[in-house]
Amino acid sequence: MGKEAQRSFKRSRWMLGAAATVSAAALALTGCSSGSPSSSNNTNQKVTLTFSQWWAPEMPSGALQKIADDFHKGHPNITVKLISAPFASLQTQTISQAASGTLPDIVGLDGSWVNPLYKQGALYNLTDAMKAAKYDDSDLASQVAFKGSTYMIPVVNFVYPLFTNDAILAKAGITTPPTTWSQFTDDAKKISQSDGGAKGWVVPLGTTNPNGAQNDILSWAWASGGSMLKNGQPNLTGNADVTGAVNMVKDLVTSNAVLPGANSLQETDKVTNFINGRVGMMVDSLAHVTTITKGAPDLKFTVSAQPVKDGYSGTKGMLTASWGIGISAKTQHPAQAWQFIQYLMSKDTNSKLSTLANGFPGNKTSKPDFTGADPHFQAAFGIYQKSKPVNEFTGLPAADQLMTSFLTEFQKSVAGQESTSTMLQNVQAQWKKQF
Amino acid sequence: MTTSPPDTVMIARPSRRRPSHPHRGRRRPFEPYLLIAPTVLLVAGLMVVPVIIVIAYSLFDNVVTNQNPQFVGLANYLTILADPNFWNAVGNTVIFTVASVVIHMIIGVGFALMLNSKLVHKVPRVIFRAIYILPWIFTASVVAVLWRLLLDPSGVINYLLRALGILQEAVPWLGTPATALLAVTVINIWSGYPFFMISLLAGLQGVPSDLYEASRVDGAGLIRQFFSVTLPALRPILFSMALLDLLWTTQQFTLIWATTGGGPINHTEVLSTYTYKLAFNSYQFSLASTSAVLILLASLFVAIFYVRQQKKASLF
Repeated sequence: MGKEAQRSFKRSRWMLGAAATVSAAALALTGCSSGSPSSSNNTNQKVTLTFSQWWAPEMPSGALQKIADDFHKGHPNITVKLISAPFASLQTQTISQAASGTLPDIVGLDGSWVNPLYKQGALYNLTDAMKAAKYDDSDLASQVAFKGSTYMIPVVNFVYPLFTNDAILAKAGITTPPTTWSQFTDDAKKISQSDGGAKGWVVPLGTTNPNGAQNDILSWAWASGGSMLKNGQPNLTGNADVTGAVNMVKDLVTSNAVLPGANSLQETDKVTNFINGRVGMMVDSLAHVTTITKGAPDLKFTVSAQPVKDGYSGTKGMLTASWGIGISAKTQHPAQAWQFIQYLMSKDTNSKLSTLANGFPGNKTSKPDFTGADPHFQAAFGIYQKSKPVNEFTGLPAADQLMTSFLTEFQKSVAGQESTSTMLQNVQAQWKKQF
Repeated sequence: MTTSPPDTVMIARPSRRRPSHPHRGRRRPFEPYLLIAPTVLLVAGLMVVPVIIVIAYSLFDNVVTNQNPQFVGLANYLTILADPNFWNAVGNTVIFTVASVVIHMIIGVGFALMLNSKLVHKVPRVIFRAIYILPWIFTASVVAVLWRLLLDPSGVINYLLRALGILQEAVPWLGTPATALLAVTVINIWSGYPFFMISLLAGLQGVPSDLYEASRVDGAGLIRQFFSVTLPALRPILFSMALLDLLWTTQQFTLIWATTGGGPINHTEVLSTYTYKLAFNSYQFSLASTSAVLILLASLFVAIFYVRQQKKASLF
């Protein structure tokens, strides 16, 4: 073989090697990403499932990993690998992963993301998974469904009761937490006018995280049995409950009965200002009880149901936010992924999980373990059992944008740029575009 | 037939023109391409491909959340350009950027002159240098948290202004429509001036002292020296930095998002927050891509100026 021929042979061999490597990598990649979701329903196969969520950082260290390890003991062929990130960064991460087809097998979901993920076709139909596993879903407290099929199951629910600072209320001459809108308004104003310098209430209207719209404005309407929707469409104009709630909050803001700077406050500001004794009342997640008791061990506070419209005697609505769960449509192992979800929703595991998360179970038969827990949890569980869990933003399209539009128009209304009815008309028009 | 090794070895005379390459005989024609391949792949993968994808997204009715997007041509551009919120964001971006760049420059020049002055002793000069550079060390999120606390109605700034009798009542600087843009601009100025200061300080140290001596002989005072010697010497640095700052400030997101989120009533909405909301609040990824392409075009305009200026500078 001549030198030129040898060189040519070496070059060809090198190129063939490179081509083979590239082809192998491409095959491996396509093999990882584009298989049929139902291609591996053999539950005896050893698999590793990825599970993205923000839960682990919010639970005691290692608690969720322990639950995953316990599951592995009962299902030796299935290993669950946790991918944990803070809530704030997980939303953009999840949407981007869904777009690129790299969503983990099991996905922690918030009610405000589930709609775009469903539209992307990124979520597996859980109704199909339940049918395949012959699972009886009657124990599930709630499910988020589109066109009759479930795509998200709330695993743990967090309620938003009214927190009142006992000392600040007593100083203003208030003996018991308010139960109606008029009592609440009077109490907030009394506290703001008392000597201590505290304000009656804190309402975050900042749009960085716009959930003030649901937690601190519309929740008043829901607590009194009201709704912002009619037949699945926005129903804000001419809605007495929503108008009443908006007017009540607006009255409190304009009469300086709330903490100043509401337009730039966030949900976290509620807790810090409540701990610091700057506000007498707040509507906040029960999950923050631990933060409050750690931040101010001597602070005496009461947890009660959110006040309702004067004269309302029906079942009270109680705002809830959930840790939801779903399965990626691209997963190779939907049956195994469902097995893990079923484990999380089982009576004992769900009790354990909700206790660790300071929330309430997504399984109706589960009960949180209050042994050694803060007494406020037991009080709130009593209220929760008598109330109807509600959050009308769950599953709505572009929920964050709906809330941002609501808050922006509300800020205009408070600034005197438009009346409440004009505000609600404008919000309704903007919401309809999103629906 | 067998051969035996020669008793003597002939030593080749080295070429006078250039040393021979050890692998010269085996050089492959694609070798240069192989060498630049990692860079080309990185640039293509991290810059060219994403930019092309974003441009392509802007031409469809909606992508990512829509499984069957339809080509709509320039319709998204017309929608964005007809959106009053976009023009509000453009206006706020221009005010925020121009004010930031101009004041960065003024403060940067002032502090650099002070730190370069022989009137200040070496030790305090080092201490001031360390203090003045502090804002640049903090990340945007830390700066946002810090200033939210400072500007809070019950924060230090309101306390001082009330104690001095300047304000009767505490002002929620970030929550009031009339003051929010001013507040975020001040925060951005505070966090960005050290970059100007340090670069200009380096420039000042390179100005030959002969020029100052000659100007003094000609009877120039301090102010005349500043305008006739210092500023002309710093002009290339100032120009380059102003253009870079213009690009960076136009794209500022974290600071505004973490302090006001574009509110209240869109008074601090800038192009970056407007685009982010389209993408991750509304899930309108095509409109967000369109807005991003428009920002890219504006940035390209500034970048071309920057490159031309750099080319000119390299000629001298």
